[in-house]
Amino acid sequence: MNNKLVNWFKFGSPQSFYPLAGKMIPWFWALAVVFGIIGLWISFFVAPTDFQQGEGYRIIFIHVPAAWMSMFLYIVMATWAGLGLALNTRLSGMMAQAIAPTGALMAFLSLWTGAIWGKPMWGAWWVWDARLTSALILFFLYIGFIALQAAIDDARRADKAGAILALVGVVNVPIIYFSVKWWNTLHQGASVSLTKAPAMAATMLWGMLIMALAFWMYSIAVTLMRVRAIILEREAHTEWVKNLSEIQGEPK
Amino acid sequence: MLTATGLSCVRGERRLFAGLDLAVGPGEWLHVQGENGAGKTSLLRILATLSPPAEGEIRWHNEPVAALAEDYRRAMLFLGHHGAVKEELTPLENLTLAAQLDGTTLDAATALQALVRFGLRGREDLAVRFLSAGQKRRVLLARLAVRKASLWILDEPFTALDVKAVAMLSGLIEEHLAAGGMAILTSHQSMPLPNGKVLSI
Amino acid sequence: MHSVIAIIRRDLLLAMRRKSEVLTALFFFIIVVSLFPLGIGPESALLRKIAPGVIWVSALLATMLGLARLFAPDHADGTLEQMVLSPTPLGLLVAGKIVAHWITTGLPLVLLAPVLGIQFDLDRGALGILVLALLLGTPLLSLIGAIGAALTLGVRGGGVLLSLLVLPLYVPALIFGAGAVESHVSGLGAGGHLSLLAALLALAVFFAPWATTAALRIALE
Repeated sequence: MNNKLVNWFKFGSPQSFYPLAGKMIPWFWALAVVFGIIGLWISFFVAPTDFQQGEGYRIIFIHVPAAWMSMFLYIVMATWAGLGLALNTRLSGMMAQAIAPTGALMAFLSLWTGAIWGKPMWGAWWVWDARLTSALILFFLYIGFIALQAAIDDARRADKAGAILALVGVVNVPIIYFSVKWWNTLHQGASVSLTKAPAMAATMLWGMLIMALAFWMYSIAVTLMRVRAIILEREAHTEWVKNLSEIQGEPK
Repeated sequence: MLTATGLSCVRGERRLFAGLDLAVGPGEWLHVQGENGAGKTSLLRILATLSPPAEGEIRWHNEPVAALAEDYRRAMLFLGHHGAVKEELTPLENLTLAAQLDGTTLDAATALQALVRFGLRGREDLAVRFLSAGQKRRVLLARLAVRKASLWILDEPFTALDVKAVAMLSGLIEEHLAAGGMAILTSHQSMPLPNGKVLSI
Repeated sequence: MHSVIAIIRRDLLLAMRRKSEVLTALFFFIIVVSLFPLGIGPESALLRKIAPGVIWVSALLATMLGLARLFAPDHADGTLEQMVLSPTPLGLLVAGKIVAHWITTGLPLVLLAPVLGIQFDLDRGALGILVLALLLGTPLLSLIGAIGAALTLGVRGGGVLLSLLVLPLYVPALIFGAGAVESHVSGLGAGGHLSLLAALLALAVFFAPWATTAALRIALE
């Protein structure tokens, strides 16, 4: 085995990842706050008022990054899950399990803000727009993943079963997206297409990108916190967890 | 020849056994003993390649079983707690279909002969659901007799058998060993078979 | 191939011996489809419009009904262990079981669909497309469903969980299947929908038995 591989596997073990994650969490929180403040400042004060949609459009600075994140996170989750299945590393399954709730949250956030945005724009809380519909199905896929993992008692089996589901989902997400899009064009009369939105001002794009960065940092920070909790839960019987200062400090 | 070195098994957070070595050669049989929950069934499932060991390696004629895959499965027969017998089918259908799933053919005469040997004469066309628990086990024993395998891995084979059936099964295993076969068995009772190696876990 | 035919024969034989399971799903399909006109009203123009969607959604639900029992009996009586340990590759046996599942649940739906279509006043051309779409789509439902059935094998609340996992994955089949009939009725031609459905089926034939096999091995470990 070469050295590079050994180094990778070193951080693949929960025992060495736990303190590393602990050190990284404050940094990601700090970055999330910084990007969040800059992003919100741009989106509320710098970006111009849209002459068609007025001030209401500003919700896209939350909506679009959340929608992006919900898709990215599914792919990241499936990648971790696939790695876990291929290399049989314990940490990978824990990462996938830790990402899922954040991904579901992002999908929900994008649906919710989409509805808020839709009311003034389309005059309805919900329209069967292709993107909204596929976001809804993505949300269902996240819920399915979480439910399957929760239903299986044995953690290793839960990881592997979840991994297969995530991989099947990742093959299906583009198929679902295109099928919904196809379906939508067939029923064009029923909804308004978003693709014909007016050209975006450069500041708006910047605002969205910086907000997306803030969402990324937030997601990483939360995922790392969750994975630390999962590590403690699953490795509670091991010596190194019992020797942790935060565990020993607790009143018995 | 089946050899296993350094086997260990982890169930949930509990380590059932570790550093287990065993070897079974032609004509030999191994009696796996241990208390309830000691990991007897887990060991047999690992040896049958149903679940992977946490550590250790299993070799069949000096080749790792993982590499042999189908060849090992063809040479091995595993009978677990469950009957692997379909309630809706008759004993005869059960035997022939099980053989066909394994990619072999079993003619009705041979199957019938095996069923008669285990005292199921006249029951061969009755759905298994109408048989008693002991008779269901006998259908399973008939499968032992017709399936060609040199290694038998049997989990509690003497459960639910009456005195006559116990004698039949011991006779069958002795025949199998005399022909150069191997067997690994678990059992709570003392075995009605001579010359077994004992493995306690 | 010999053993694949054997397992198809075995599962069909088992289905014959417990006919009630097959018939229940079938009557469920008929009843659900027949409830829609009662809920919506007998106006034939409206019924013609909703017919493909109603029949497809009912077919989805009827398929779900028997899915939990695809591997559960084999798991309970130890046959599944023997299948894993058989010299025949597990993927082939699983493919055989999926074929048998389609013959007992999917095929009857395909054969019944024209009769139900007549209830909804569909013309002959639309009925033909409906049958063709179901013929391509119902094997897809069995294939995708098998993955879910294997994943939820022996899991708490498996039945409900199974529908949660599988129904979102059925969306493309529903869209293209019902869409084929709709676009035929509206004069656009069903070719595009049907070929996409066939493409999905080809993908699933390649992918689903593999994923199902992996899931079964995990369930048995």
